Amino acid sequence: MKITDQEVRRVAELAALALRDDEVEKMAKDLDNILSHIDKLNELDTSGIEPMAQVLFKAEETATLREDREKPCLSNAEALANAPVSGSGYFKVPRVIER
Amino acid sequence: MRDYTITSIREGLLRKEFSAADFTREALEHAERENPKTNAYLTFSAVRAMAAAEEVDRKIAAGEDPGALAGVPVAVKDVIVTKGLRTTCASKLLEHYIPPYDATAILRLEQAGGIIIGKTNCDEFAMGSSNENSAFGPVRNPCALDRVPGGSSGGSAAAVAQGTAVLALGSDTGGSVRQPASFCGVTGVTPTYGRVSRYGLTVFASSLDHIGPFARTTRDAAALLGVIAGRDEMDATSAPAPVPDYTGALNGDVSGLRLGLPREYFQGLESATGDRIHAAVETLKRLGCEVRDISLPHTPYAIATYYIIATAEASANLARYDGVRYTTRAASANTLADMYRETRDEGFGAECKRRIMLGTYVLSAGYYDAYYIKAQKVRTLIARDYAEAFEQVDAIVAPVSPFPAFKIGEKVDDPVAMYLSDIYTITGSLAGIPCMSVPCGLTPDGLPVGLQILTSHFDETTMFRVADAYERAST
Repeated sequence: MKITDQEVRRVAELAALALRDDEVEKMAKDLDNILSHIDKLNELDTSGIEPMAQVLFKAEETATLREDREKPCLSNAEALANAPVSGSGYFKVPRVIER
Repeated sequence: MRDYTITSIREGLLRKEFSAADFTREALEHAERENPKTNAYLTFSAVRAMAAAEEVDRKIAAGEDPGALAGVPVAVKDVIVTKGLRTTCASKLLEHYIPPYDATAILRLEQAGGIIIGKTNCDEFAMGSSNENSAFGPVRNPCALDRVPGGSSGGSAAAVAQGTAVLALGSDTGGSVRQPASFCGVTGVTPTYGRVSRYGLTVFASSLDHIGPFARTTRDAAALLGVIAGRDEMDATSAPAPVPDYTGALNGDVSGLRLGLPREYFQGLESATGDRIHAAVETLKRLGCEVRDISLPHTPYAIATYYIIATAEASANLARYDGVRYTTRAASANTLADMYRETRDEGFGAECKRRIMLGTYVLSAGYYDAYYIKAQKVRTLIARDYAEAFEQVDAIVAPVSPFPAFKIGEKVDDPVAMYLSDIYTITGSLAGIPCMSVPCGLTPDGLPVGLQILTSHFDETTMFRVADAYERAST
C-alpha cells in the first residue's frame, strides 16, 4: 500500500473532511490505485525541464492589468444573501475562542 | 426545435414568421415537457428568458440589430453563475445558491440576443466523465436512454442532442465538453485556454478550466464562440488577442491542409470507434487534406499529470465551501472546526471528496516536489509534443474517446478506469490548445462517435474549417 489508513485520516484533517471509518478504508484503496498509476511519471527524467504552471500567451507583462479605479461592488446585503447564518451585517460562525 | 439553427431563427424573426417571445415560450414548454426523459435540466429560467426575448422583439420592431444570437434558446451548464438564477454545480452544497452576479460569458451571450432557457445538470463541480456524480441524479443519453451522456457537461450535450436547446455552454477541464459531445452526437468545442473569460465559471482547476460551446453544427458552435470570446478585464488569464471572424472563414475548402494522426491516440481504441475515425480521415483525404502519421510521445503520462495538477488545484479551490458563505451549514456543528468538517462531509459527493483528498495529499508536506512539481514539468513536455507536431502539420485529428457511450452504472465502481478513459481529451487540455469534437457517424449499435480536431494556440479558425468541411462532405 502506498497510503495507510492513518495517512488518509491525516490528509482528511488537512482537507477539513470528516470521513467515517468505512469511508477511510475505501478512500485508502482508491487513492492507492491512482497513486500507483501516478508513479508512472518517475519513468521520465525531468531534470532541467521548467515546470508549466499555466498556459501563457504572447503579450506584454502588464497587458492584463486593469486600471486602478474605484468601481461599484456588491452591497453588504447582497454579499450576505447566501450566508447560512448572518446578523448585524456579518457572517456568523460558531464561537472560535473558548472562555 | 431540432431543425433550427442560429441562421434559421434569425431569418424567421426578421421575416416576422414568429416573434422571439412566442418562440421562447414554445422552447421553454418543449424543454420542460421533454426533460423527464433525460434529466438534462436542473432549473428552467422562464422569467429571465421571456424578458430577454421581449428585448429581442423590441429591437426588431425598432429596426435595431437584434444581435448575432437573436432569439436562440441556449442551455447553460449549472457551474456558470447566473445572477438571481439558482446555480447548484450539481452539488447538494449549493442546492439553494443564488449568485449575485453574472458570468462574463452569460452577459455577452445575452447582449447578443441569446435566450437562456435553463441550467443543465452535470457532474458535481464538473468532476466526472459520465454525469453520474450529480447530486440530482444522472442524465440519460437522448440517443440511448439507458446510457450515460458523458461528462461532466452531460446535461448541456443532452439538451442540444435532444433538441430542447439550439446551443449550450459547458465547461471543460479534462474533456468535459468534447467527450459528452461525442457521446451525444453533437459538436463541442474547447477553445484555447484564455480565449473565453472564466469570470463566473465556478472554479475547479484554475489552470485547466475552459468555457466551451455545444451546437448541432460547426457553424453554430463557431458563432457562439465568437460571441463569448475575447479579453475580459475581470479575468487576468483571458488573452488580449483579437477574435477573428470564425464563421466567415468557413468556405468548405481544406485542400492542401496538413493533418497529423498521432499514433498514441490509436492505441486501446475500440474497433467500432476506430472504424468511424478512419472513415472520417478518408473523407478528409478526399477533400484534399494531406494526412501523415505523427507522434506525441508523452501522451501515456497525461492522465497521471492531470490527476495531480487538477486535484491539487481543486483541493485549494474547493476550500471555500466551508459552511460560512455558501448557503449550506451542517446543523449539528458546535465548533468552527466541526462546522467545516461536517458541512463538507454532508455536502460533497464521493468523487469530490476523492479528488480533494488526492489533491491535498499531493500538495502536503514532503510530497509537493515529488508530485506537484514533477507533474508541472511533465506538463511542459506534453505541451512541447504539440508545439513540435504543429511545426509539421496544421491540425491533428484523433478520436475523442476510446469507446462510445456506456451503460449507466457500468463503470461507477472503478474510479481509476473512469479516469483512464479520458486519455485522448486530457492531453489537449493540459497543453491549453483548441480542440473540438465533431460527429462522425454511428457504431453498428447506433451510438454516436466523435472526431477530435486539435490545432495550435489561438488557431480555432483552422480547427473550425476542418470540422465544417468534414461536416459538409459527410451530410
